[in-house]
Amino acid sequence: MVLLMQYTLIFASVLVLVALGGCFSEHSGVINIGLEGIMVMGALGGALMMKYATGAPAIVMFLLVVLASVLVGMLFSLLLGVAAIRFNADQTLVGTALNLLGPAAAVVLVRAINMAESADNVSSTVAYGQAKKAFLMNIGRFEFNWFMLVALLVLVASYVVLYKTKFGLRLMACGEHPQAADSVGINVYKMRYAGVLISGALGGLGGLVYITAGVSEWKFENGVAGFGFLALAVMIFGQWKPVNIGLAALLFGLFRALSNVYTGFPALRDLNLPSTVYNMLPYIISLVVLVFVSKSSKAPKAEGIPYDKGQR
Amino acid sequence: MSQDLRKKESILRNAGFQTILASLLCIVLGLLIGFIVLLCINPGGAARAITAILKNFLYYPSAAAATKYFGTTLVNASALLMCSLSVLFAYKVGLFNIGAAGQYVVGAGACLYFGLALKMPWIVCLIAAMVFAALVGGISGALKAYFNVNEVISCIMLNWISLYCVNMLLTGVKEQSTPYTIPLSTGNKSALLPNLGLDKLFSNNEFATIGLPLAVIMAILVWVVLEKTKFGYELKATGLNKNAAKYCGMKEQRNIILTMMIAGGLAGFAAGIYYLTGIEQWMVQQTSVPAMGFNGIAAAFLGGLNPIGTIFSSYFIQHITSGGTYVDKSMYCAQISDLISAFIIYLCGFVLFFRLWLNRWLDKRDEKAKKGGKA
Repeated sequence: MVLLMQYTLIFASVLVLVALGGCFSEHSGVINIGLEGIMVMGALGGALMMKYATGAPAIVMFLLVVLASVLVGMLFSLLLGVAAIRFNADQTLVGTALNLLGPAAAVVLVRAINMAESADNVSSTVAYGQAKKAFLMNIGRFEFNWFMLVALLVLVASYVVLYKTKFGLRLMACGEHPQAADSVGINVYKMRYAGVLISGALGGLGGLVYITAGVSEWKFENGVAGFGFLALAVMIFGQWKPVNIGLAALLFGLFRALSNVYTGFPALRDLNLPSTVYNMLPYIISLVVLVFVSKSSKAPKAEGIPYDKGQR
Repeated sequence: MSQDLRKKESILRNAGFQTILASLLCIVLGLLIGFIVLLCINPGGAARAITAILKNFLYYPSAAAATKYFGTTLVNASALLMCSLSVLFAYKVGLFNIGAAGQYVVGAGACLYFGLALKMPWIVCLIAAMVFAALVGGISGALKAYFNVNEVISCIMLNWISLYCVNMLLTGVKEQSTPYTIPLSTGNKSALLPNLGLDKLFSNNEFATIGLPLAVIMAILVWVVLEKTKFGYELKATGLNKNAAKYCGMKEQRNIILTMMIAGGLAGFAAGIYYLTGIEQWMVQQTSVPAMGFNGIAAAFLGGLNPIGTIFSSYFIQHITSGGTYVDKSMYCAQISDLISAFIIYLCGFVLFFRLWLNRWLDKRDEKAKKGGKA
């Protein structure tokens, strides 16, 4: 039971971070399908920092690693930002390209680094096992991960920024009716860049949390197993509102956690279902959920449409 | 002289020519970026590695071996072509079929199960692959049409669900000691696609089957359906403006579902003509969806979203993907090709802007020429 709670919370943290990232981007009017790729790149940045900063005091290390993953995520998201905002590219296409680019680039880079260290090492993992312990703290049998707290703080901050600040309200205006926003002096392009960059930062951080959640060191070939897309489903289920996103993430996290720990529950074990069924569960649930919530969708009205100043 | 100039310009203004130019530009830039990445990793072998990628099967000195591996590249390219047609068909109707990957997986599962467990002949297996993949595509279509579920997200979810289901299904027909399915050549010879003498053409490459001509025929068929029939016109109209199509009396919900079913069928066909050659066995512990469907997106856009263009672009993408296996493994890894094709997809996003810019530049030049003529 403790284990289930622990896994639920950590997976929910990943989902809430990434989904909030998507939420910022979409509120500014840019669909970010590329979150999956951004997560991988953010995770890569964090993992490399962990590897090279091993031995630093825990708090310094924590900040450095978070900073690295956030920066790498933002840089990578700029690829989407420039293409979609400056060059009016098809956002779905570019996002998909990011999803392919992220894992490919990560594998090439990690292998190159590993091979440079020793010619026989062709694995695609980064050795950071020791450094990971800085993020964990045991409370009884519950393994507390500092990122659970970070996710909660980000959730609160997102709510405040989106609804209580000038910046957030302006950002949302750009996603609803950019022409109107422009007419009152808001720079739509700048706001959209801000939205995409925030999604890059949060997506990168989410990727970092994803790899620290695993027991073993992470293979970059595997990507993040559709977590970026699950986060998008969470965002839609949460109707683009931070608080609802938080609750949706908890629900999805629970189902994802079940596949890890279902053997610990006699009732579930007696059902005698193959483990694959539990692996499929989060995806099936999200499909079902989407069926029920998509009809009355509260999506930002102008998302996915490149802003053209001439179309007023 | 001025006559000559005008002729040149009319070519530059031609939409088809612009598309080809843009695609070639994407390829050159993509390769250039790949080369720079190689240089960063290890400057010594970069030039050799990029030529290895571009040469692919020409890597073998003997002509017979080169022809043989040319055949293998073609078999892969034919499957890729079908996947890219699947993406293209949906895109023409305004749907982004990122689920081609999952539909391909379902097609593979269906044809191998029908071949190995039910011992059916190849034609039944091929049809099964198409039908089941079409059903999966249809699910996404129906969710979009009736429940307004974004097709990209439902497709991704279905990709994962399909992968796990197929793994579960094919565990029943796997070899005792390995995680691979029983090869068709021992399990059920009648499920192998007939060669029709094509294997002789590629120095006895037994994987060269009727799948190759079938894929090209399908590409032409898709072109005919989209460009020359009322049905294709209706589908495209639905994609351009759903409400207008509805107003004109077209059944827009039916069209969306049909489109996704056809797209799914094409992806299933891809899996059929690939796995029924016996070129590869399915690994039942796969944890990631095969890249074929995603590369199909690259091929579709690189081909300028034209079925005939995709024949060439899918060959090119497959050519460099296969070529990636020949790079010097002590310095680089084969994934460098994936990186290059990912960059190419990314660059395809700029094609529209490139054409806009080119036209604007041509307009400016024309204006200048006119002014110059007056003075």
